[in-house]
Amino acid sequence: MTLREHSVIPGIFLGIGIMAAVDEIIFHQLLAWHHFYDKATPTIGLLSDGLLHAMELLLLVGGFFLLLEQRRLKLTNSALTWGGFFVGAGGFQLFDGLINHKVLRLHQIRYNVDVMPYDIAWNTGASILVLIGIWILLRRKRRGY
Amino acid sequence: MATEATLAIFLCTTPALLYLTAALRQHSRGKRWSRWRSGSFCFGMLLILYAIFPSHAAHGAHGFTAHMNQHLLIGMLAPTFLVMGAPVSLLLRSLPQAQGKICVRLLHTRLLRIWCHPMTAFGLNFGGMFLLYLTPLYRLSLEHPALHHFIHLHFLLAGYLFAWSLVGPDPTPVRLRMRTRLAILLLAMASHGIFSKQMYIHAFPYDTPHSVDDIRTAAQRMYYGGDFAEVLLAILLFHQYFRRTRRHPASHRALALAN
Repeated sequence: MTLREHSVIPGIFLGIGIMAAVDEIIFHQLLAWHHFYDKATPTIGLLSDGLLHAMELLLLVGGFFLLLEQRRLKLTNSALTWGGFFVGAGGFQLFDGLINHKVLRLHQIRYNVDVMPYDIAWNTGASILVLIGIWILLRRKRRGY
Repeated sequence: MATEATLAIFLCTTPALLYLTAALRQHSRGKRWSRWRSGSFCFGMLLILYAIFPSHAAHGAHGFTAHMNQHLLIGMLAPTFLVMGAPVSLLLRSLPQAQGKICVRLLHTRLLRIWCHPMTAFGLNFGGMFLLYLTPLYRLSLEHPALHHFIHLHFLLAGYLFAWSLVGPDPTPVRLRMRTRLAILLLAMASHGIFSKQMYIHAFPYDTPHSVDDIRTAAQRMYYGGDFAEVLLAILLFHQYFRRTRRHPASHRALALAN
């Protein structure tokens, strides 16, 4: 089975794409709490913002096309796709929360406040999404479909 | 004003009429030519006509937002629709065999190979934008109508080359792998977004009669309008990719490997 025939792939693409869109629309644009990269000059922050945004749009378009193609070939497996979706969405958020925020310290969720509760809420939310995805995938395996 | 309007109509309807004549001739010869292609080409010409029609063009001399609307229509949206009309394929089909062969040979000359590479088109687009908005070129174009028209022609051609090399149904001298084309589209999308945000922040082009508010509105227009046009390109790119692999199931695996 090639990657494009596997139902988990469009789920992951759409999960990452939609989570990145939610992050961008709510935190970058509506609340204006942070950019993708704030520590250097704002110019660099905008560069990575631009790349993130472009990537997210391509993942969304590509994910929907892959899903449609699999439906046409009757290869869809909605449990796999949903599982992939949650793992992708939570995984992106967790990557953002742990690697970008804490390890690389590219940016924080919010500035001029105690960031700890925000970090905990962010990463717990992300972990719950990943766990939901894994649970869906495992349940599918146990039931054998 | 009246002569300018006539000229605009003439410039846009002539290619459309030539195209439709050739398409009808295909039909009368019993060959199929998709109505969608004809519709797409004519719609592209209509977008250009709307953008250059004197009432809007005169407005463009006053407002930067109006200029940006023109720029988006002429440089990004219209070229995509023109390209989807596959005018080169129609030309090759309509020409007698001997002339057709000359055309094909022309398509494969080294000059055109370099020119039709998406990276060249990308360079022409963004190089053009840097020159226009970060040098006094834009101000000069307000004073010299000929320069203004030349700049629009440049963006139309650069936009056409970009769409042709990325998603064109027409034969191209260089056909890149899906992965490369996606990467170039990603680069273009990111550059457009970054450039328009910089425009918003620094309110360039400088030394113009436009207010900062006007430039900011235009920059936002560029950000969202550019996104719209580029998502359209992404949709076409993925659509073609899946249709191509569907038509040749045998090459399905080979393509998956190649990409």
